Amino acid sequence: MAYSNKVIDHYENPRNVGSMPKEDPNVGTGLVGAPECGDVMKLQVKVNPETGVIDDAKFKTFGCGSAIASSSLATEWLKGRTVDEALAIKNTDIVNELSLPPVKIHCSVLAEDAIKAAINDYKKKQGAGKTVDTHAQPTA
Amino acid sequence: MPMPIKLPIYMDYHATTPVDPRVVQAMLPYFTEHFGNAASRNHPFGWEAEEAVEKARKQVADLIGASPKEIVFTSGATESDNLAIKGVAEMYREKGNHIITCVTEHKAVIDTCKRLEKEGYRVTYLPVQKDGLVDLNDLKAAISDKTILITIMTANNEIGVVQPVAEIGAIAKEKGILFHTDAVQAVGKIPFNVNDLKVDMAAMSAHKMYGPKGVGALYVRRRNPRVLLSPIIDGGGHERGMRSGTLNVPGIVGFGKAAELCRLEMASDTARVTALRERLNKKLHEGLDEIYINGSIEHRLPHNLNISFAYVEGESLLMGINDVAVSSGSACTSASLEPSYVLKALGAGDDLAHSSIRFGLGRWTTEEEVDYVANKLVSVVTRLREMSPLYELAKEGVDLSTMQWEVH
Repeated sequence: MAYSNKVIDHYENPRNVGSMPKEDPNVGTGLVGAPECGDVMKLQVKVNPETGVIDDAKFKTFGCGSAIASSSLATEWLKGRTVDEALAIKNTDIVNELSLPPVKIHCSVLAEDAIKAAINDYKKKQGAGKTVDTHAQPTA
Repeated sequence: MPMPIKLPIYMDYHATTPVDPRVVQAMLPYFTEHFGNAASRNHPFGWEAEEAVEKARKQVADLIGASPKEIVFTSGATESDNLAIKGVAEMYREKGNHIITCVTEHKAVIDTCKRLEKEGYRVTYLPVQKDGLVDLNDLKAAISDKTILITIMTANNEIGVVQPVAEIGAIAKEKGILFHTDAVQAVGKIPFNVNDLKVDMAAMSAHKMYGPKGVGALYVRRRNPRVLLSPIIDGGGHERGMRSGTLNVPGIVGFGKAAELCRLEMASDTARVTALRERLNKKLHEGLDEIYINGSIEHRLPHNLNISFAYVEGESLLMGINDVAVSSGSACTSASLEPSYVLKALGAGDDLAHSSIRFGLGRWTTEEEVDYVANKLVSVVTRLREMSPLYELAKEGVDLSTMQWEVH
């Protein structure tokens, strides 16, 4: 399998690997995928409650190079966005940025799911009530 | 002085092997000078070719304790497996329609059996135990008066476990059932004698034993019992009617030479690769926790190591060791993400199947290469675990098997 240079770069120099305290009310955690499918992503956002802007994002991923790159890229994009802007990230954006081949599109879908799951978790903690559907609709 | 390491390192000797230069030398005249068709009976060009083929037939026969007349040359082991299984199925249809095989067989056997199922044969796919070995009681229980063939591989291509072939051969003989074994990974690597093991047919391939690609053989027993096969390729009646088609003379000459070298050098080759395999295994275990060897250690090819690196996905692992040629049990190339059916059959759990690497050592593997590969793996696995949510959860004491995962 030939990987794009961007995937290789994210694999070799992953951005924002790590964990934040799950109990922190300003931290939203999303854990998606399953070990038997060969992909598990944990994505966390830390939101400034005053501004609704994501100050920090961290990930850990068990998966192929494309899965690692998709989640690494997602954390880069999340920082500095508002919660609502974050929800606008689509799996197709990730596919295009990383030049993922068709067999790796599920990696981008999983990353979009992870973003939604993390933000839902944050919203739930904030008692914001309304959450969004965590399942990305693959459009690529 | 240690030899400098040339990258990439080849550690995938189960997939194929380089041709031994001595084999190449033996083959060369048969492309140009002695180019005759072994079936040309009335001129010296044909006689030379025939003589070379007969010499090779003896070299191959000697490696497995057979008589030269029992060797049928083919294009490779896939064809040999097809010929053995389909040939017996058709020839002995009157006697019965039941075949026994095993879930961890190579696709050349499994898919051939599946085709026969569509044609009305009944096939039993025996499970394997945790160590990858067939339970002989399962085999005995599966036998019926309709069973015409047992086909169980000698050594597995992924996990290298060596089945109790002699015991299976004894059971088959006692019941009067023919026994075929896909011996591709074993012949030339470990002692394999068709009479000691009581096998009636055995598939072999030259390119797994330092010979050329595109040539293989099927051993077909001629006495006690005499095995009859319906050919699957019709034509000029070569190879005593069992396999028509002009013989690949240079390939067969190479196969013969490769077989001879394997026979003469097996003891020293085995001692060397066993020591290297143990070195690799030891270094990996010293450098990493939670790594698991797949399949029996005791009943195993000397040059095989198949290890699951828990909490790390196989494809990302391969990406990190891209200057080392190995195989992964994970095939993360489709949405279905099917891990190796062989590892699944061991009951290892899909997550461990996704985390496995097969190392195949061989005639030209060096100590320096083993050390390089071991060090590289330790550093890559450590790095990937640092970014693995599964490793983090496990270290927190979470039992991953009881977690609720959302399966896509």
